[in-house]
Amino acid sequence: MRRLNIGYFIKEGFSSIFSHGLMSFAAVCMIVACLIIMGSFSLLAVNVDNMLSQLEEENEFLAFVDEDYTDDQIRALMDQVRALDNVGSDPGSVTFVSREQAKRDYLKGHESDGLYANIPDEVFRDRLSIHVKDLERFTETVDAVDGLPGVVNHRAAGEVAEGFVAVRNAVTALAYVLIGILAAVSLFIISNTTRLAAFARREEIAIMKMCGATDGFVRWPFIVEGLILGVMGALVAFFLQWAVYAAVSRALVEGGAADLFGLMNFSDLWKRVLAVFMLSGSVIGALGSSFAIRKFLQV
Amino acid sequence: MIRLIDVHKEYDNGTKALKGINLRIEDGEFVFLVGPSGSGKSTIIKLLTGEIVASQGRVIVNGYNLNNIRRWQIPHMRRTLGIIFQDFRLIEKKTVQGNLEFAMRTVGASGREMRKRIPYVLDLVGLNDKADAYPNEMSGGEQQRVAIARALVNNPRMIIADEPTGNLDPKRSLEIMTLLERINAMGTTMLVVTHERDLVNRFSKRVVAIKDGEMIRDGQGGYYRA
Repeated sequence: MRRLNIGYFIKEGFSSIFSHGLMSFAAVCMIVACLIIMGSFSLLAVNVDNMLSQLEEENEFLAFVDEDYTDDQIRALMDQVRALDNVGSDPGSVTFVSREQAKRDYLKGHESDGLYANIPDEVFRDRLSIHVKDLERFTETVDAVDGLPGVVNHRAAGEVAEGFVAVRNAVTALAYVLIGILAAVSLFIISNTTRLAAFARREEIAIMKMCGATDGFVRWPFIVEGLILGVMGALVAFFLQWAVYAAVSRALVEGGAADLFGLMNFSDLWKRVLAVFMLSGSVIGALGSSFAIRKFLQV
Repeated sequence: MIRLIDVHKEYDNGTKALKGINLRIEDGEFVFLVGPSGSGKSTIIKLLTGEIVASQGRVIVNGYNLNNIRRWQIPHMRRTLGIIFQDFRLIEKKTVQGNLEFAMRTVGASGREMRKRIPYVLDLVGLNDKADAYPNEMSGGEQQRVAIARALVNNPRMIIADEPTGNLDPKRSLEIMTLLERINAMGTTMLVVTHERDLVNRFSKRVVAIKDGEMIRDGQGGYYRA
């Protein structure tokens, strides 16, 4: 592509946008709407995923050990638990907690309550505190530990962990479906905008082709137009998304729900959001234009 | 150079537009292609410009075999042609200069080439004082001169003029045909499709007549009077 042509394509792309301004405006609005919906669901998915990761870091369950087990047997049992691939060989992944320690930990929250002061150690049991790596395999891991000789019982909030996984999977799936649908809608809108521009200029296109213009020469100004619309939409959507995210974040803090569902800082996310928006906007714009112009090149 | 060898064309709706046309036009010739409406003239033009392909037979234009030409080669073939239409097909929102620049830009000409070539071509068609005029400010004859200038601006080997005087009065038609003859004298091959019997008779050129998709005459001077 010659330098002269690049300047020409950009100039033609811009002038085409303004020659049918209303349709261009509609296309940008559609892209903005699609990107914001897409972005919101993606950000929700990212935040749920982030929460889940934090949960995974802290997540543990308790396996109660047979009271007749000796220290050596308990150590052997711990090695067996560490051998499970969802637990890992990290020494911190399995910790032994004696009944005395368990009692002390329990009483920490109830120092002022005399009712608990005289609880005998025997009420508590020796236990293993076990961290899992992947919450999706929580129940499977609990069952595996439960099946080991020397483990007599367990205490695990499997429903909560799996509930989070289910929410994450649902949000991610929904985000993907929405991204697909909205990308198709955006493509359709951009494609129609370009088709309108191409229809208005069909005579020019026919003249160009008769003069010996290549398909690329005819196509590029329209692709540039689509790209510009896509990038404009992406930029507007980015700033709106920022505002929406900040507002939701603030509302969660003010509503006291931040502890339950605290959003990640946008400053940690903005580069990724901007990159994804710009890429999506550009691809949607360029592809939509390419599809639309094909028919007009058959001269 | 044009060669049509036993060319047949049947459209998708079953219409047989051409039935075994043989035609050879050498470089530098001036040829009138005449015939009544529906005789197949437009089909020949479309075949020569690569808009359609022959159903049977061979079509060769300026060294390009259009039977097996690749899509990317068609623009290069078209650059060897200058095409003039009956309805001028100028871009109304561009000046005369703009229309010519548009044609030159499509083939990748530089600004320097445009500055050199456009005044020369405008001078050739007698419009050197109209570079900044818009088509709708000009007469039909002047607009057709702009169309001729546009066809010439990329220095084609051949000009194909499809009813170039169809929208003009007799005086302007004569001027346009004289201009085309002058351009031909400078070495550009000329194929002119026309209905204008008086014009054809006035210029003693080779006349190819077709009727119902068949060639019925190919000879020097005079109009087919069927």
